[in-house]
Amino acid sequence: MARSVTTTRKTFNTVLAWSIGLLIFFPILWTVLTSFKTEAQAVSTPPVWFFFDWTLDNYRTVLDRSDYSRFLWNSIFIAGGSTVLGLIIAIPAAWSMAFVPSHRTKDILLWMLSTKMLPAVGVIYPIYLIFIRMGLLDSRTGLVVILMLINLPIIIWMLYTYFKEIPAEILEASRMDGAGLREEITYVLLPMALPGIASTALLNLILAWNEAFWTLNLTAAKAAPLTAFIASYSSPEGLFYAKLSAASTMAIAPILILGWFSQKQLVRGLTFGAVK
Amino acid sequence: MGRIVLKDVTKAFGDVTVIPPLNLTIEEGEFAVFVGPSGCGKSTLLRLIAGLEDVTSGRIEIDGVEATAAPPSKRGLAMVFQSYALYPHMTVRKNIMFPLRMAGMDKAEQNRRVDMAASVLNLTDYLDRRPGQLSGGQRQRVAIGRAIVREPSAFLFDEPLSNLDAALRVGMRLEISELHTRLKTTMVYVTHDQVEAMTMADKIVVLRAGHIEQVGAPLDLYRAPRNLFVAGFIGSPRMNFIAGAEAAKHNAHTIGIRPEHIAVSAEAGEWSGIVGVSEHLGSDTFFHVHQTGLADVITVRADGEVGFRHGDTIHLTPRADVIHRFDETGLRIA
Repeated sequence: MARSVTTTRKTFNTVLAWSIGLLIFFPILWTVLTSFKTEAQAVSTPPVWFFFDWTLDNYRTVLDRSDYSRFLWNSIFIAGGSTVLGLIIAIPAAWSMAFVPSHRTKDILLWMLSTKMLPAVGVIYPIYLIFIRMGLLDSRTGLVVILMLINLPIIIWMLYTYFKEIPAEILEASRMDGAGLREEITYVLLPMALPGIASTALLNLILAWNEAFWTLNLTAAKAAPLTAFIASYSSPEGLFYAKLSAASTMAIAPILILGWFSQKQLVRGLTFGAVK
Repeated sequence: MGRIVLKDVTKAFGDVTVIPPLNLTIEEGEFAVFVGPSGCGKSTLLRLIAGLEDVTSGRIEIDGVEATAAPPSKRGLAMVFQSYALYPHMTVRKNIMFPLRMAGMDKAEQNRRVDMAASVLNLTDYLDRRPGQLSGGQRQRVAIGRAIVREPSAFLFDEPLSNLDAALRVGMRLEISELHTRLKTTMVYVTHDQVEAMTMADKIVVLRAGHIEQVGAPLDLYRAPRNLFVAGFIGSPRMNFIAGAEAAKHNAHTIGIRPEHIAVSAEAGEWSGIVGVSEHLGSDTFFHVHQTGLADVITVRADGEVGFRHGDTIHLTPRADVIHRFDETGLRIA
């Protein structure tokens, strides 16, 4: 029997949901608004909302002062590279855990996840030293590797969950049909798991794009991505809020747009398997 | 092509032995059916032959070549799964073509073979559909199509009909039998349904707990079951078992008599009892007879028009020449 939902209740729920949504969205909205204000208006009390002199000066100054395209390219390279590399390693790993599990598989999965519980700052010292030794400091390659390693547990977990949903008999059928391991994965597993792989890739792109701790600590100028670009506008003195907001807006815009266009995929991905 | 030999094959999962040492030869062109209750190891045995599971010890030979360690793709066998296991993202054509593509066959030849298989299996109109758009019977035919295009040395069927409804099952049973007559390729077929086993097999392998209880032609198993298990498993309805004094009369520990080998009468007979449930199939009627003093219930087959009602007294006379005798260990007394 369906539960009856009264109109009042529906209205209440709608208002509540919108309020929470706006509350979460507010910081982003405020950042975007501030980016179009003058520095004086940005810090004025009471704050001005929509009726101020809209200006693009902040964007002009920021683009003048720093090489946005270089930061952008670094971000794309690091986020994209770590995602692709992560998938290349995670797909075979998740395949073996999902389809030929040993009695240790569950332990390994949990152990991998446990590495995410360690605060990153706890390992910065050894990793910094390793990076110096290997000449990886301030290199995009170094960041690709470290971000891939950081997110690898999540990628493997997600892929493992998706792969578990694929009936093993279909993979066995491909083996009987003469497919070797490579063909089995390329022609059967990957096409069937494509929606899952896409949302895994998307989530990882977002995580890697927004990652600030490692990107700030392991880069200086050459390999610095957009997170460093934002940070460079946060100075302890002077008026900088409007410019900082402009930089932030420019830094999050690409990933925000990507997220907007793929939100259906993302929601399906994150709730996959929750409801049969 | 298609002779399969198992030599001292065993399979254990951890500490659990599923198949104790087992020897079996499936001859070229034979239709062999593995039958037994669920959990008897029949599917595991098929998967060992397929190479989807590794044997714990022993040897598997296919066409005289050692194949024990060969991966499934190198054994030259084709398999039809219970769940059909079609590739959901490919069209019917692509599904049937897949093994040919894996074999690196010439494109024109691939299409020729797919078209031929499709016409044999009445799938020509469905070649551009995806498996999700097909009925259960059509999916099953696609799975068979995928198996036959490659012209394998043997077909393996893992309970292929158990997901179909009863009417379709009878139809597909005939189709598979006809396929075997036409192709003359070795087929190994796993089922828990003894009717499928009786109707399709050249050779039935009855399994219990990984153990071969008896191997033989369907009618040989029906006429001379080697032990109580086979006697009870082959034949429908089940054979009646009678122990005690009545069995002693025949110098046996237990005697078995099939429902179709007992004559019924309203007036006189060797045994008598009270009719319980009667099942009218039209062509036949099965009476479940109680209070015979022989066993809890004796099942008898009579013609469809014979009318006994619940509670009637019925007289039974077994045919003396087809009484099966078993000793105290359950083995047949010759």
